[in-house]
Amino acid sequence: MDPTEQDDILDTFPKLLHSHVQLRPERDAIREKDLGIWQSWTWAEAAVEIRALACGLARLGLKRGEKLAIVGDNRPRLYWGMTAAQALGAVPVPLYQDAVADEMAYVLDNADVKIALVEDQEQVDKMLEVRDRCPKVEHIIYDETRGLRLYEHDFLHEFEKVQQDGIAFDHDHPDFYDREVALGKGSDVSIMLYTSGTTGNPKGVVLTNDNVIITARNGIIREGLTSNEEVLAYLPMAWVGDNLFSYAQSYVAGFCVSCPENPTTIANDLREIGPTYYFAPPRVYENMLTQVMIRMEDAAEIKRKMFHYFMEHARRVGVKILNREKVSLKDALLYRLGDILVYGPLKDVLGLRRTRLAYTAGEAIGPEIFDFYRSLGINIKQLYGQTECMVFICVQPDGEVYADTVGTPAIDVEIKIDDNGEIMYRSPGVFHSYYKNPESTASTKTEDGWVHTGDAGFFDEHNGHLKIIDRAKDVGKLTDGTLFAPKYIENKLKFFSFVKEAVVYGDGRDYSTAFINIDLDAVGNWAERRNLAYSGYIDLASLKDVYQLIKECVDKVNQDLSEDSRLANSQIHRFLILHKELDADDGELTRTRKVRRNYVGERYDVLVEALYSDKQQCHIETRVTFEDGRTGTLAADVQIWDAEVYPATILPREAAA
Amino acid sequence: MGRRGVPGHNPAPGSRGVSESGLAEVILAVENISLSFGVMKVLDNISFDIRRGEIRSIIGPNGAGKSSMLNVINGFYHPQQGSITFKGATRRQMAPQVAASQGIARTFQNIALFKGMSTLDNIMTGRNLKMKTNLFWQALHIGPARAEELENREAAEKIIDFLDIQAIRKKPVGKLPYGLQKRVELGRALAAEPELLLLDEPMAGMNSEEKEDMCRFVLDVNSEFGTTIALIEHDMGVVMDLSDRVLVLDYGKQLADDVPDKVRANQKVIDAYLGVPHE
Repeated sequence: MDPTEQDDILDTFPKLLHSHVQLRPERDAIREKDLGIWQSWTWAEAAVEIRALACGLARLGLKRGEKLAIVGDNRPRLYWGMTAAQALGAVPVPLYQDAVADEMAYVLDNADVKIALVEDQEQVDKMLEVRDRCPKVEHIIYDETRGLRLYEHDFLHEFEKVQQDGIAFDHDHPDFYDREVALGKGSDVSIMLYTSGTTGNPKGVVLTNDNVIITARNGIIREGLTSNEEVLAYLPMAWVGDNLFSYAQSYVAGFCVSCPENPTTIANDLREIGPTYYFAPPRVYENMLTQVMIRMEDAAEIKRKMFHYFMEHARRVGVKILNREKVSLKDALLYRLGDILVYGPLKDVLGLRRTRLAYTAGEAIGPEIFDFYRSLGINIKQLYGQTECMVFICVQPDGEVYADTVGTPAIDVEIKIDDNGEIMYRSPGVFHSYYKNPESTASTKTEDGWVHTGDAGFFDEHNGHLKIIDRAKDVGKLTDGTLFAPKYIENKLKFFSFVKEAVVYGDGRDYSTAFINIDLDAVGNWAERRNLAYSGYIDLASLKDVYQLIKECVDKVNQDLSEDSRLANSQIHRFLILHKELDADDGELTRTRKVRRNYVGERYDVLVEALYSDKQQCHIETRVTFEDGRTGTLAADVQIWDAEVYPATILPREAAA
Repeated sequence: MGRRGVPGHNPAPGSRGVSESGLAEVILAVENISLSFGVMKVLDNISFDIRRGEIRSIIGPNGAGKSSMLNVINGFYHPQQGSITFKGATRRQMAPQVAASQGIARTFQNIALFKGMSTLDNIMTGRNLKMKTNLFWQALHIGPARAEELENREAAEKIIDFLDIQAIRKKPVGKLPYGLQKRVELGRALAAEPELLLLDEPMAGMNSEEKEDMCRFVLDVNSEFGTTIALIEHDMGVVMDLSDRVLVLDYGKQLADDVPDKVRANQKVIDAYLGVPHE
């Protein structure tokens, strides 16, 4: 793609903003639901807000290259904070809003943050708590005033006041803003995003304007996105995906982004906005499907029968219709009818009726879940990437969508598999560096620009798509020397709606074992329908019937594994259901909800050892952290069950046939 | 036990603003209140006051007369003896409609919402006294009634926003978990824009996170709207953290009335809670 002359100029976000003010001043740029009503700002209005804020930040002393931390839910003012900082040549550093104060202190200090723009009292309190550990933070600006009236600190500023001061500053220095924007270049640092850190402290990934804008533009070109898309910004602003889908692509293509009223109203806001372009990690799709299934089980019989009949039909022909393959006239007509009676209303409830393009990434998605959405006619596709490449390097092309691959290389991306099976890539999105961490930068990025993903994978011989097996460093060996890929097994377990999380152990051991977290909604509903009484998670997780239910899931996974000669030896011999849900507040999950396997193994080493003994039960006491930061102790006797292990050589399905 | 003097008590409440000692005016004062049901003496010669803008707690073991005291203040119970002075006007007893129209709102120990109605509608009922148009206009939903509806809806939405209950705006309250129902009830009380808010065990039956949320809301109501709050609560941690002053009742008698730290150290209070036998 040859960049046009105009593209050459539009190499920063403030310049892109200016171009939309010229091109589509009256079109909505951003929306937020407030007091029950969707409030919108046009590109022209947003530009005025951003200019005032940028001047206000300049007045507080924010200069080129300095850092502005942004902490809060997705809100227009926080997104404006990003552009305002970029207009000054400063660098926005969004933080995970649900991080506890200690986690924030590390990033604030490591990133050399000068000013923090935060959402509300909750975040201000966290900032004040760690302030003496972060002496470089000079000012804190807050958006929501509630509860903050009695806070009296010189360094604490109300958002509107900063803007007012900014307007006055702009009045006195009328050329300032435009001059600063004109100084911006594509090679300037655009944003710093901290990786969630499955190991060690989080690292600040430095991305330039070129990284972000070219990647965003390539995605738009490949998928044919326009300025008419509707997007709901609901994923954490600190996550690179949100920066691409809800910020960068909006600025490049000129489409409107809507911010939910509140994190708890997302399902409802999704329905009202009806996004045409949607991203969600697999667990969101899983949750939606679980909710639908639970509600259908409780629905009247006639509705339930109709639902199952048409969903069966969709399973048979829906995916073919989406892929524009030929189906019989009868099937096509029946699908149309199903669309009126079931699929349409269902998509409406999910908020996906208008969705032209939906992405998922981050974790493997269950084939049933994937096919469920595709059979409804929702074009959901997988992509693969990481923060270091500005979200994606592989995307599934339309018509070539498979549940077990992540697609073909995106525009301008080169991919190779090194001798150890590790995936490496080179692309315009390749990050600049890790902030203040040349060793990590050097060990991740080669001299000639190739990046180690840390993932093991291979290209499928038949369709040329990339397949991911596991983290390269997590792929281990059992004592008999056979391959052990824990993530692969965990994902197979998690494809059952009853299993929320699974942690599999086996590296350097004789056999594999598993910790299971049950899904409270799905198993709870299952238990209620069977009149099983339970008082809460711990109680439910210890019921014999629940163990039996989970054993059946584990047995099925083992049966699956036994069919693959490479993996047959890693069948799960023993498992237990954990007495508590794994939680990011206890450090068991990352903030993006990925299991930290080693940490969990250390924390519950008693249980791991019990799995590798012949004990049938094990007592454990665990410290837990509540949301407010206080801690308590949780004690339980966890049962350990044996699972069915299948012989490797015989393929049961073929043997039966 | 005789009546205890209230420190800083002003015999002519309502007549002064902030005094030299930095104390705010008294918004409500009860004097020598006694209430009996038959031979049961529920409140025995109780006197205390509530200053504008403070959070005032009433604590005591079960059956101490805490809820009865609130019922006397908002006119639901009529005491046999004593007087109530609210915003400078002294009465023998309150009437519920006078209390409501004068700016007293309350929540109940056992939730008293309209279970079949949505959160929004429940909060809108709290605006009842703010609605001036008559049934005729309201039925037609035109002219002034329409403008009034919009105005009240906005006020209700501000409360929904304040209490973070946007997600349950349209849900019937009967289906909500207990903790959220309590929050809706607080919302309905706030809808009346009260000057004095009576909260009867707002945290009863809640888990620690719900309690924490509710504490924050109580503090925010107090600091954002300047609402004076009288609070009945069993959770001592909550009471000691939130309150400016604490009144302790036991078997209808006044045991103590002071700032939290002093109440905490008061031997009579400790005895009442630990269960020293009564003569």
